[in-house]
Amino acid sequence: MAWQWFHRLGSPRWFYEKTTAWLPWLTAISIALILTGAVWGLAFAPADYKQGNSYRIIYIHVPAAFLALAGYYIMALSGAIGLIWKMKLPFMVMKSAAPIGAVLTFISLVTGSIWGKPTWGTWWEWDARITSMLILFFLYLGMIALQQAFQHRDTADKASAVLALVGMVNIPIIYKSVDWWNTLHQPATIKFTSKSSIDPSMLYPLLTMVIGFYCFYALVLLLNTRLEVLRRESKTQWVNDLINQLKPESKQ
Amino acid sequence: MKFQFESLADFLAMSGHGPYVWASYAITFAALIFLILSPVLQQKALIKQQQKTRKLSQVSSVKE
Repeated sequence: MAWQWFHRLGSPRWFYEKTTAWLPWLTAISIALILTGAVWGLAFAPADYKQGNSYRIIYIHVPAAFLALAGYYIMALSGAIGLIWKMKLPFMVMKSAAPIGAVLTFISLVTGSIWGKPTWGTWWEWDARITSMLILFFLYLGMIALQQAFQHRDTADKASAVLALVGMVNIPIIYKSVDWWNTLHQPATIKFTSKSSIDPSMLYPLLTMVIGFYCFYALVLLLNTRLEVLRRESKTQWVNDLINQLKPESKQ
Repeated sequence: MKFQFESLADFLAMSGHGPYVWASYAITFAALIFLILSPVLQQKALIKQQQKTRKLSQVSSVKE
């Protein structure tokens, strides 16, 4: 009985029906937090004493990079759950996480590059942090390509889960890159174990943005997984009933 | 907490860093909007297509 919730969690139908009610809340919260954080960071947070106003890019660069990494954990973890317990839903989550992670990694690379120009005087540098993030971007692209490389759904899912798990080796390298190689990229701004190297007047808008990005990520991951559920379960009775209940789209 | 700039023009210029800051934010928001719209539009298309095939199969079953 204790494991019942776990198996129900693996049911695509239960997932689809359960998450319907969450969508409007997640949408409202993420829009509110991201807009508040952006206005706060752009207009009301004080300028940096060294970098001036260019540092305001931090309010999107850091949250995007956080989610690029957290998204990789989610993708690899769902792949592992799918492999171990042979469940369908985790593989759908894994597949949905790949393009979202790719876009977020792309955002953090591009904003980092733009931030680098006025700060370091260069658009690109083969610094340890930047290079390991670029590898993360390629891992995400590899996941997307591998999903489409197989005729059989099962084979594609298993192969990409293995790739996601092997790619995990890159994650601690990204985290530690700023400490192991003392190159261009500045060390971590927010620390959980010691005092953050950022003033509260800059930290609060940053935290608002980070939480906003987490909610946004959850929303987009749900939307993509729900789409994947409908695709893979399109022959089942419950999807049939669900589509019949909806108003015909052609009338719009 | 107060507005950090003296005027709107000052805010847009960001003491010379304006193009960098605004370009970063524009690219990010464009990417976020893409992330939201992509699954929503694909789901709409999927449901529309499913309803069409269902209608067709109903018509053919009536004829038989």
